[in-house]
Amino acid sequence: MSEAVVQTGIGASVKRKEDLRFITGTGRYTDDFNVAGQKYAVFLRSPYARARIEDIDVSEAANVRGVCTVLTGQQMAEDGLGDIPCGWLVKQKDGSDMVSAPHPPLAATLVNYVGEPYGLVIADTLAAARQGAEAVLTDFAELDAVVDPAEATGSEQIHEGVSDNLAFDWELGERAATEAALASAAHVTRIDLVNNRLIPNAMEPRAALGSYDPGSGEHTLYTTSQNPHLARLVLSAFVQVAPEHKLRIIAPDVGGGFGSKIFIYAEETAVIWAARRTGMTIKWTADRSEAFLADAHGRDHVTHAELGMNEAGEFVALKVSTTANLGAYLSTFGSSVPTYLYGTLLAGQYRTPNIYVEVQGVYTNTAPVDAYRGAGRPEATYVVERVVEQAARELGRDPAELRRFNMITPDQFPYDTPVALTYDTGDYQVSLDRALAMIDYDGFPARREAAAAAGKRRGLGLSCYIEACGLAPSQLAIQLGAGVGLYESGEIRVNPTGNVTVFTGSHSHGQGHETTFAQIVSDRLGIPFDDVEVVHGDTGRVEFGLGTYGSRSLAVGGSALMGAADKLIAKGTKIAAHMLEADPAAVDFTDGSFVVRDSNQALTFGEVAFAAYVPTNYPTELEPGFSEKAFYDPENFTYPAGTHIAEIEIDEATGVIELVDFVAVDDFGHIINPMIVAGQVHGGLAQGVGQALLEHGIYDEYGQLITGSYMDYCMPRADDLPDFRVDTTVTPCTHNPLGVKGCGEAGAIGSPAAIMNAVADALGEAVAMPATSEKIWRVLQNRRTA
Amino acid sequence: MEQTGEYRIAAGLETVWRGLNDPEILGRCIDGCQSMEQAGDDQFVASVKAKIGPVSATFQAQLNLADVNPPTSYTLQANVKGGAAGFGKGTANVELREEGSATLLSYQVKANVGGKLAQVGSRLIDGAARKMADDFFAAFGKEVSGEAPQATAADSVPVERAYERSGSWVIWAVMFAALAIAMILAF
Repeated sequence: MSEAVVQTGIGASVKRKEDLRFITGTGRYTDDFNVAGQKYAVFLRSPYARARIEDIDVSEAANVRGVCTVLTGQQMAEDGLGDIPCGWLVKQKDGSDMVSAPHPPLAATLVNYVGEPYGLVIADTLAAARQGAEAVLTDFAELDAVVDPAEATGSEQIHEGVSDNLAFDWELGERAATEAALASAAHVTRIDLVNNRLIPNAMEPRAALGSYDPGSGEHTLYTTSQNPHLARLVLSAFVQVAPEHKLRIIAPDVGGGFGSKIFIYAEETAVIWAARRTGMTIKWTADRSEAFLADAHGRDHVTHAELGMNEAGEFVALKVSTTANLGAYLSTFGSSVPTYLYGTLLAGQYRTPNIYVEVQGVYTNTAPVDAYRGAGRPEATYVVERVVEQAARELGRDPAELRRFNMITPDQFPYDTPVALTYDTGDYQVSLDRALAMIDYDGFPARREAAAAAGKRRGLGLSCYIEACGLAPSQLAIQLGAGVGLYESGEIRVNPTGNVTVFTGSHSHGQGHETTFAQIVSDRLGIPFDDVEVVHGDTGRVEFGLGTYGSRSLAVGGSALMGAADKLIAKGTKIAAHMLEADPAAVDFTDGSFVVRDSNQALTFGEVAFAAYVPTNYPTELEPGFSEKAFYDPENFTYPAGTHIAEIEIDEATGVIELVDFVAVDDFGHIINPMIVAGQVHGGLAQGVGQALLEHGIYDEYGQLITGSYMDYCMPRADDLPDFRVDTTVTPCTHNPLGVKGCGEAGAIGSPAAIMNAVADALGEAVAMPATSEKIWRVLQNRRTA
Repeated sequence: MEQTGEYRIAAGLETVWRGLNDPEILGRCIDGCQSMEQAGDDQFVASVKAKIGPVSATFQAQLNLADVNPPTSYTLQANVKGGAAGFGKGTANVELREEGSATLLSYQVKANVGGKLAQVGSRLIDGAARKMADDFFAAFGKEVSGEAPQATAADSVPVERAYERSGSWVIWAVMFAALAIAMILAF
């Protein structure tokens, strides 16, 4: 292999191609696109958590200079637009379907959360649109709101036809066997946990630019989407904004998603609907306040868990009961996150033979809750790793040793868990050992003593997480209720001059696809890294795709590109064999050349590509052209796993927590670009630190979001974070061609439990997330005054 | 939001009561109220238009007076709607007590806000309300403590007449509205 390719191929820490434009201000985000004569939209949003719209008086707004029109949910309903559907149908305990409340994109008669849009003002300028929105006088009749998920089932009914505000009552695993095992267990550890509500806060807020061409009938929507093809499918098939072949969705540079840009939202839908209705090109860019109110939130679980152990300390049973807050409506994947992405992970890294989980998904008058970095798996890890840690303390066992004692061992793979998954491979002990060595586990007592001498309480906490990534085997997903398959597409178009344009159905909004995918293709085809251009995020250019979430891009999208590359090589081999007058079976493709085995006869990739487009000496049975595409449907999930260890210090006097050290050892299988992987881990860890120590989305008793700005919603900042120490171990995934598992979510999945276990270790008792200094100070102060 | 406050005003009880019910005095001490109408016995509607920075909003305030005991106490219920800016509703209890030659005014406000006010302003609301009250009573104290001619000229007005329905509620209407505006500023 040429030296150039070695430096940029698989395994090389190539600097990210896309960063040059990002850091020089030449990236193009949705809001950077403008069309002459475009109008601006501002949404009318409910100030009430639950209310009936009695009257909307737009007369004053219509007179505001520059206002073109005011559209409301009533008009959308008259146009016959469909509801926004939930993409995953969950079956309840009794076999019946979940109860999905109708979700019109714009509310027409009832509003069910603060910030729910019920109309939009369209004007020549943003200022006029704002002024117009402020001049709309809406008469609401306020209704009692349901806010607390734990009390939702006994509260006033939010949606007609949804009794007890219960969307679903779901279960997984063997209840009787689990309860029997718990009843006969030598020791049972019980724990009550709240997984705090998080608000995503991508750096770029959601935005849309919609236009309609009456000549061609084409609708074009630029928008901040993690999965433009899925958005197109839903908007055409379900919401019926426009037929699929007349709707083009372009998701250009997108500044962070973390799950929140997967979903089909009201605003983007309304913008393209309004564009057609008015014939105007309409732009909307959310401000930060709107993002707080109307982006789908994450987490928000209330859980009781019981872990049974035998005399030896072997886990014999785990029973988990969770109430999941779904918000006012079922968001696109809102039903799958607290069920199949949560319950299935409750085995963790352990051999626990009996597991039963039941989840009540409830509606409340709060923003919809859906996937947020990790999506169900951080919640599962938090349950397993908090209860295991507490069990170790109750039993007086070393927490690392108790974990190791119960871990699935490398010889047990493939391992069938009692909660529906088959782990293909892993070596959990090796990650645990590496992490313990890196943190100097044995030296901790001395560090704790030194801290105590300085007025600090030092604590250490572990989290041995597992996640299911690479979403997902289509047949399994569809069988479990998914509305679509979860394969991915990849296409490699070789241009006549030999450079290539790669089309992927996955979408980069910070992950670095343009670099990683170029590395794969460059490595596989033996062509220079700079000769590979990666295109994504445009339904008009990419054939199909399911986007990026669930750490799936590389494992599924990258594998599809491997398939396309294989097809290219197969065709190139035939072309080269013909040109070299050799038997195709005797032609090998190595280092970017088609070589006749045991000869000095060879053609470069570029020469073959040229021949395919200028077919003078060309096999008659082959079509001209050199372009191939492939779909890849994984046969299983991938299972990244690892050990995270946090060390914290609590200031005895103030309660301030300092995260003094954090070690993450992750097994992501093979790694394409170690630098990007480390960056992904760092980012995920930062979000995990945010959840554990700082972030909390809070609604007051009336359903008002009182953490609706950065004054009250505390995001992690650089000085809240330690110098993360990350390392990787490798057991290659057994079922995809790259042997990769996915790294995007691990940081956010593993870290909260490690940090909270460290806090409990330091404090001698657990507190709920986020462990703010105020909470810690109150605990310490109560002891001082008791 | 819950807030209590107390101000010592260097004027007699009845002077203070009359001052609180004198739109001209109030008008000099507070800004922002654009229109006010009496909608019934002890019922008022006010409209406050304000533009601060890039945000403008019309606040419609509905106010009810209750338990009016001249010259010592009354209760005011307010319902303020600010359209896109959100809403506020609450109750203010006001009591006047003689203390030598001065008057001790104490108030107790209970209010809750919604929409953008709650979203961006919940942390600021106490401080903003306190500052408004401080500013108002500082100005009001000057007006009624004898420095201003209107305060002494009103001496002969009987107490019953001093209770005018266009009077004391205005401060609370404007206070609720201005609170709302202050919250938007924070946004």
